[in-house]
Amino acid sequence: MAAKAKKDDGILHLSIKDDMTIYNAQSLKETLLGYCHTGTQELQLDLSAVNEIDSAGLQLLLLLKAEAQKRAFTLRLLRHSEAVIEVFELLKLGMYFGDPIVIPANWKKS
Amino acid sequence: MSDINPALETFSQEVDELLSAMEEALLGLEGMPDDADCINSIFRAMHTIKGSSGLFGFDDVVAFAHEAETVLDRVRNGERAIDAELIAVLLACKDHTAQLIQHALFNEDEALPEVLQQQSLDLITRLTGQSATAGMPTTQEEKADHFEVDVNTTDSSDNWVISLAFKQNALRNGMDPLSFIRYLQTLGKIIEVIITMPTLPRIEEMNPEDCYLNFKIAFNSSVDKKTIEDVFEFAEDDCVITILPPHSRQEHYLKLLADLPEDQVKRLGEMLVEIGALTEKEVSIILHEQHNEEHADKRPLGEILVAKNILQQPVIEQALKKQESVKQKVNKESNYIRVDAAKLGYLINLVGELVISGAAMRLMVDKHGLSDVDDVASTMSHLVEDIRDTALQLRMVQIGETFTRFQRVVHDVSKELGKQIQLQITGGEAELDKTVVEKINDPLTHLVRNSLDHGIETPAVRLRAGKPEKGTIQLNAYHDSGRIVIQISDDGQGLDPDKIVAKAIAKGLVKPDQILSKHEIYNLIFEPGLSTKEEASNLSGRGVGMDVVRRNIEALRGNVSVDSELGQGTTVTIHLPLTLAIIDGFMVEAQKERYIIPLSMVEECVEMSSDEWQIDDIQHYVNLRGQVLPYLRLGDFFHKNKKHTHTQRESLVVVRFGDAKAGFVVDELHGENQTVIKPLGKLFENLNGIGGATVLGSGDVALILDVQGLIQHAKKRVNPALALSSMA
Repeated sequence: MAAKAKKDDGILHLSIKDDMTIYNAQSLKETLLGYCHTGTQELQLDLSAVNEIDSAGLQLLLLLKAEAQKRAFTLRLLRHSEAVIEVFELLKLGMYFGDPIVIPANWKKS
Repeated sequence: MSDINPALETFSQEVDELLSAMEEALLGLEGMPDDADCINSIFRAMHTIKGSSGLFGFDDVVAFAHEAETVLDRVRNGERAIDAELIAVLLACKDHTAQLIQHALFNEDEALPEVLQQQSLDLITRLTGQSATAGMPTTQEEKADHFEVDVNTTDSSDNWVISLAFKQNALRNGMDPLSFIRYLQTLGKIIEVIITMPTLPRIEEMNPEDCYLNFKIAFNSSVDKKTIEDVFEFAEDDCVITILPPHSRQEHYLKLLADLPEDQVKRLGEMLVEIGALTEKEVSIILHEQHNEEHADKRPLGEILVAKNILQQPVIEQALKKQESVKQKVNKESNYIRVDAAKLGYLINLVGELVISGAAMRLMVDKHGLSDVDDVASTMSHLVEDIRDTALQLRMVQIGETFTRFQRVVHDVSKELGKQIQLQITGGEAELDKTVVEKINDPLTHLVRNSLDHGIETPAVRLRAGKPEKGTIQLNAYHDSGRIVIQISDDGQGLDPDKIVAKAIAKGLVKPDQILSKHEIYNLIFEPGLSTKEEASNLSGRGVGMDVVRRNIEALRGNVSVDSELGQGTTVTIHLPLTLAIIDGFMVEAQKERYIIPLSMVEECVEMSSDEWQIDDIQHYVNLRGQVLPYLRLGDFFHKNKKHTHTQRESLVVVRFGDAKAGFVVDELHGENQTVIKPLGKLFENLNGIGGATVLGSGDVALILDVQGLIQHAKKRVNPALALSSMA
């Protein structure tokens, strides 16, 4: 299973338990699309288990952010994994998503 | 201070100097706000501090200095006026920078105190006139807008702007745009990335395996354009890449452009590639695009480059300016060189001697089998060959100038004769040796006058004949197998064969019962004493014309022939060698005697075997692939009285002169030879079949064959009646 969800007062908490790459982009998109319904007020994505993210995965995150703005719900990215942080750093995306990124203490100095 | 390492100490000193220079300049600006030197020195101070701080990783200093530098750059470019207020802010900036550096130096790894941080923000606000934080874009769209503005102002002046538009299938083809950007990071600093997804469909229809990503990257690096382009080499097919050089590069390009050597005119694309502003790939893509555009509105290369955001306008303008100035310079230079012809003649003589002694050396090398000298000798003979060609080239002049001189002649004469005649010149750019040009002038004048006088009719006659009132004389020149061909043609009355024959018979040149081809009849006009004009005018018609013309041309190792159509016009064709000094020859041997045949006249060499060709030994012709070819045994021809046997294998050298062909039978082929033509002495001037002599490397003399004369001779043997024109 790619993701696990918890529901609580219109706030969806979703843990992505898989890599976000081209190989599972299709199923991931279906899953994420499934949670973008009208009842959703806030979607929280736990990215801590994302060991790998490529352009396709990033594209999905960007898509989701755009969709959230369109449908006026909040998208929160939580517990960014190192792979995600690396990409966000590379593309200076932290500001765009606007979520606090916790850099772990043992973060490798780049 | 003692525990600061030496590099940092140098840095600290440098910063102190820079900052005091900056202060001085700022104070100087109060008196003269437009002093470019002062502004430059302030900018330089900030720029250098930023750069050096970056080296030591003082990010706070870099961030602040960058803001100050940006503003200063705008001042420098005249986009922002300097006033008392700005000077005050800049002075505060200077003090603040000093504080920041002090902090960085002595409190390593400590975060910036809030006081200093706040001060930074305040100063930046005062500098840029906008809040530092409010200026930060909040959404991607806003960021994109902000970025677009950046491209056109100087805010991102130091950055490359790389646009990547990935195609739909990029991901499926195994591309990962991120990996390219990651690699890019190793070449420099990525300042800013804008991601846009212009073609993104509704979320339901979006295919996560398609690529919708477009990137715009502000990239700070000192590498050249080619290196950046190479990063994306593998993405080429799946991505539209444009790389706009940074502002600072632009200055670099402008400088390189100014330094480009001005020795030859280059095309715009070539120049831009040379300075690194464009890559070859970009040029070929743009040229292809240009080619595909509608013919009517083909834009110039520069315009496309600017429109496609590949290069900035100023670089293109500068390049065009440069191109123009080089053009003018080259033109000017080409007008300037004037050399005494005698000096050139001397040079050519020397080159001739050089060729001969080169051949002598070659011979020695071969004789002693010195293999290590061989390479050196080969290189040298190549060089000698080049020198020979270049030296001869120096004496080449275009024939156009000689041609245009006839405009005046035609104009004057046609008035005198009451005719309307125009002169058309083509092929004036064909080149030939200056000495040849000088000597051809008289015969040409003669031929043109002939056309004017005999050829073109009076307007009344022309109208009656249904021709345009205005007659036309054409002068044409072109190159043909190592020779130059000059044609003088008119659309006049043409030659009357019957009249010519009648006259020739009356003069006893031909027998009444002789049957002549049209061509032979026309060539009779070159015989002495034959003029078809009933009355001599003061221009021509005294019968002392055409034979002199022919003699002059033959003295130049050329030949002349005439063709005509009664009532339609006459064409005189002159074949001339390009040069009189050195030629590429083909050396053969017959009866232990060496001969040179001008290489340009050699068609082919075949074995002289009766199995292959039907050889008629009595009439002297062979059947060469169904073509009747008269041949001549050189040995027999030049040694009539010597008796010899043909034991060894013989070769047949097929030569061509104009339309005439013949074969020379020789004992041995020696191959190509650079032949320096030495004229024969007066005594041997009338030798049959010999055009000159040359000295071989061995010191021996080889005779240069007069191919034209020998062909005539060979033909005469086959059928004496055919060779009439050579009888004179």
